[in-house]
Amino acid sequence: MNWSDIADAMFGGLPYYGDILALVSNSLWAGAVLGLVGGLVGVFVMQRDMAFAVHGISELSFAGAAAALLIGVDVVTGSIVGSILAAAIIGLLGAKARDRNSIIGVLMPFGLGLGILFLSLYDGRSASSFSLLTGQIVSVQTGQLGWLVAIGAVVLLGLLLIWRPLRFDSLDPQSAAARGVPTTAVSLGFMLLLGLIVAVAVHIIGALLVMALLVTPAAAAMRVASGPLSVPLLSALFGFVSAVGGILLAIMGTLPVSPYITTISFVIYLVCRGIGARRGRVTRVPA
Amino acid sequence: MSAPASGAPVLSIRGAALRRGERELWAGLDLDVRPGELVAVLGPSGSGKTTLLRAILGLEDLSQGTIEVLGEPVHGRGNRRVGYLPQARPLPRDTSLRGRDLVTLGVDGHRFGLPIPRRGDRARVDALIEAVGAQGFADRPVGELSGGEQQRLRAGQALADDPPLLLCDEPLTSLDLANQQAVIGLIDRHRRERGAAVLLVTHDINPLLGKVDRILYIANGRFTLGTPQEVLRSDVLTALYGAHVFVLRAGDRLVVVGAPDAEASHHHHEGEAHL
Repeated sequence: MNWSDIADAMFGGLPYYGDILALVSNSLWAGAVLGLVGGLVGVFVMQRDMAFAVHGISELSFAGAAAALLIGVDVVTGSIVGSILAAAIIGLLGAKARDRNSIIGVLMPFGLGLGILFLSLYDGRSASSFSLLTGQIVSVQTGQLGWLVAIGAVVLLGLLLIWRPLRFDSLDPQSAAARGVPTTAVSLGFMLLLGLIVAVAVHIIGALLVMALLVTPAAAAMRVASGPLSVPLLSALFGFVSAVGGILLAIMGTLPVSPYITTISFVIYLVCRGIGARRGRVTRVPA
Repeated sequence: MSAPASGAPVLSIRGAALRRGERELWAGLDLDVRPGELVAVLGPSGSGKTTLLRAILGLEDLSQGTIEVLGEPVHGRGNRRVGYLPQARPLPRDTSLRGRDLVTLGVDGHRFGLPIPRRGDRARVDALIEAVGAQGFADRPVGELSGGEQQRLRAGQALADDPPLLLCDEPLTSLDLANQQAVIGLIDRHRRERGAAVLLVTHDINPLLGKVDRILYIANGRFTLGTPQEVLRSDVLTALYGAHVFVLRAGDRLVVVGAPDAEASHHHHEGEAHL
């Protein structure tokens, strides 16, 4: 492959950009919703130190989707079943961070292995199965896209309804419990929402790259902001820009969407880290 | 020390016992704490002090006995009429909250539903911030605040509903002397102005001498309850521990020497507690 091939892969579609854009408008919607909601969920993922859990859930979500592919049922349903099963196991058995990490460490390779097994037994189009791992939103069917958007909206609503108790529990579970917050229910509720949004993300950027929309935007936002409103809003914005920007760039050529999304979210993180470090230096200068 | 406490007890514990497996941590505990009274709970780590506080909050069950808070038996998990001030664990630097948000959680952190502030919430938070003297740092990120500043804000959170009973679990640990005094001052003022009862778990009684009305000293599967003069004596603690224990006076500080710890590995000073 030489430079002109690469340029063709990246920009070959430019002359037909308007037509392609019209074709993928539904994907764009799904990406926008995932970016926004994933960014918001990510703030709590960071606060609760659950980045590893996100990864574990996404591998089981992948296994669920692969199983669905194999037995010929709806793939989105399969990924949701896998996701929620993983989220419930992690939520019920892993109340303490240490237990949780070991449970995830045990579950993750098992899930990934199951998924690979199901995919090798499946003799359908291999492209659509591979995309579960690395993502290809433009290959998701329109009917399923509607589902993904609807699930994203449900997660957003659920998150807003438990917002304050969840924040209290994430910061200081003992004080929250003392004030009558049903901390176990709140934690499990969050795991359920996390499982749902991970299932959506698996279809858009793939099981291996879910963290780019569920961890990176929040990590970036926390570098430059500290308010209870500014961090979630910035995180949602970063997620939105990564997801939508990634799709808009990818459809210029023939390359998959995921590398664009992961690169944009990584660059945003780097910039925020730079800004945060610079600010830290300034405030540390003695007056 | 406050005037002799009067009025119906805010907290009433009867026949309480706590067992961990085969081991009995304490049994037959009766304790009434009246309005305006400050009772300190002392004892080696692992003697079930924190569990006692959690049982009062309804977060853990006693092995035996009953607890009444404000005339009602403990029911359900958590109680907003009881203030709870935990140990000053430093919050991570990148915690995405400002100082005032920590206090706000005391006001609205238990509310489900869309996070829309209610009328009066802001004024309440401002009043709490002023009450704990946190105006100067309330708008800075909590991760950048000192342990003492964070603890003042936690006190503001604990006082959100103006609780008639305040439970404090090692509220002074890891604070410097000035901040210890500041936090004690906040607790003391709340009990004077509100007539609130305070039950405070601590491993160091020195900062509280002169403020504390009674001491519940738990050790060796037993306990003793009385005024500081009655409890902090070599003969009393020797009888409690069943080993030779000396209470020494060093200037205006008390030091307990020779107290065997329930879990020796837990303690910072070998066989010697800064009491």
